[in-house]
Amino acid sequence: MTPPPGRHLPIVAATPFPRAAAGALRDTQLRATLGRATRTIRDKRAAVVAEVPDWERLRERAARVKEDVIDRLPELVDQFARAATAAGASVHHAADAAAANALVTELVRARGVDRVVKVKSMATQEIGLNEALAAAGVTAVETDLAELIVQLADDTPSHILVPAIHYHRGQIRELFARRMPGFSADSDDPAVLAGAAREYLRRTFLSARVAVCGANFAVAETGSLVVVESEGNGRMCLTLPDTLIAVVGVEKLLPRFTDLGDFLRLLPRSSTGERMNPYTSIVTGVTPGDGPRRLHVVLLDNGRRRIAADPVGRAALRCIRCSACLNVCPVYERVGGHAYGSVYPGPIGAILSPQLTGQDAGHNATLPYASTLCGACYDVCPVKIDIPAILVHLRQTGPKPAAERAAMAWLAWTMRDRRRWRAALRTARSGGRPLRVLTRRHGGRLRRAPWPLSAWTAHRDAPLPAGESFRDWWRRTHDR
Amino acid sequence: MRIALFVTCLNDAFFPRVGIATVTLLERLGHTVTFPAGQSCCGQLHANTGHRAPARDLERHTEAAFAGHDVVVSPSGSCVAHLRAHTRLPVHELSELLVDVLRVTDVGARFPYRVTYHPTCHGLRMLRLGDRPLRLLAAVRDLELLPLPEPEQCCGFGGTFALKNAAVSGAMLADKCAHAVATGADYLAAADSSCLAHIGGGLARRPDAPRPVHYAEILAATGPGATG
Repeated sequence: MTPPPGRHLPIVAATPFPRAAAGALRDTQLRATLGRATRTIRDKRAAVVAEVPDWERLRERAARVKEDVIDRLPELVDQFARAATAAGASVHHAADAAAANALVTELVRARGVDRVVKVKSMATQEIGLNEALAAAGVTAVETDLAELIVQLADDTPSHILVPAIHYHRGQIRELFARRMPGFSADSDDPAVLAGAAREYLRRTFLSARVAVCGANFAVAETGSLVVVESEGNGRMCLTLPDTLIAVVGVEKLLPRFTDLGDFLRLLPRSSTGERMNPYTSIVTGVTPGDGPRRLHVVLLDNGRRRIAADPVGRAALRCIRCSACLNVCPVYERVGGHAYGSVYPGPIGAILSPQLTGQDAGHNATLPYASTLCGACYDVCPVKIDIPAILVHLRQTGPKPAAERAAMAWLAWTMRDRRRWRAALRTARSGGRPLRVLTRRHGGRLRRAPWPLSAWTAHRDAPLPAGESFRDWWRRTHDR
Repeated sequence: MRIALFVTCLNDAFFPRVGIATVTLLERLGHTVTFPAGQSCCGQLHANTGHRAPARDLERHTEAAFAGHDVVVSPSGSCVAHLRAHTRLPVHELSELLVDVLRVTDVGARFPYRVTYHPTCHGLRMLRLGDRPLRLLAAVRDLELLPLPEPEQCCGFGGTFALKNAAVSGAMLADKCAHAVATGADYLAAADSSCLAHIGGGLARRPDAPRPVHYAEILAATGPGATG
């Protein structure tokens, strides 16, 4: 058992979710941007998933493979390390974020460079690698367009797959004009903006000697890393620089090379709503004259083996970071990713962040409550993570206010005895009587209530106990 | 058939008309309804708010209250989903009982109004009720069914979510209400009184809004008027 990692990580919520969410809701521009964007991806995904007749079987198989991986993590880590080493890679093990950051920093320094190019990677976001490198005097340049936008803005990503989903193009043009060297266009046409970013990045690629990436999958059998992307920036980073450093969460392992087939069908349809992603790169060790001459793989635990030991929570480790759950989540759609206070937002973030850090870290214990348990996330998850079940599990194992505990215990005590329950119903009924009279013109509904029920009446009328409970009606009409 | 009713604590205290409608409907179809008086709450509220121990007490309590009953019905999708996951009770949501067990879609109801139907999340995604409630409503005489835009979107209730994340819940409710008003329906029907209390509470603050109604009330009706 590793202790929970540091509280400073970008997966620790600094603000309770309800407060952060209420703030985000006031940004009407953000809500419009997010609503449009999530609806577009949601519809695209639904259309391409509907084309696959054996989608449910694919999900089942993928879930089973991932469960097997979680069962055999230590064994597969060893197998991967042996295979990758045999293919010419150097494999390192990092127990937590600090160890991983130290390892990568040291490897970069050993190459004598002060700049690295990066392929979008959630694992490096999770450990705050860019910040750690900056502290060591190394600039990490994000090469994924959306990550570049977020980086130029000194912002944090708000979506796993579409990190700049909270920007509209006018804002991006303004940002490029301010922060991108050599940018001069006065158009906010997406093609023009992408073209400018391409020029800027191309110069960076050609001069970079070290690249840092993550991996969507790591094959234990062959020691291969698989990187799935859309823009070709990943392919550049994986092939041009002479040193490649990959930071890979241990849950990314797959046992066999042939397991990739199902996952490469599931991932693009679930994430971007495409039948196939434009670039899939598979890197197995080093090959003389082709690609990097040095390949380092840092296998990151950072709480994963601890999660694997939780019989309910461990299913979160199946996640392939497609973000389909974000795009269908009614909560995410309205508040955006920043409200979750973690690089893992949305439903998957609400079960991943508190598990990675422990629920006592920052305000991560508020995240499992950031859901109505509507189940839309579970329906779209390509690896069938029952997110609502894990949210409930985390609520049940996490901290709760003493007053709420007492109220729930009292309520259950009252409800599990027939006489106490009937007495409570009668008390509610007679207590409600004057209110029913007073609220007659509102149809017998309460428009304003004192705290804590004011949270209810702030947005909707409250019902009052009926003049006659069902059981009293039943007694009057049926128990004669 | 002898059918035991799990009315739910919420209906018992706040919406007895939903229980009365369920009884009226089943008796009209020639069945015998019983009401095991030991029942109260299924424990869903406690469980979903994170209080496992009291939830377990209530699950066992409910199981004991219905011991020996072969067919249990409840007019609440979320309570049925909870009982199905945590007890061995042979419990059916009302539309499941009618369509799958009793094999009836035309229950002889008449409801001369325009109605839109919101498929609640538990009914939609946990019980997979599918079009059962809609088929039942479609067979009601003089009822005009109007489609609700984005029906599968959650209304924002979510039990204590409505209190703990009141602002987000309110934003989701506002969108659901806007969709409901846009239909021009007289009534918004659903399969769960809890969601209906939330949506109805929001609709009550809007002009020209549909009124909330449990679909059991519609199926029990045999003429003008919300309840049979």
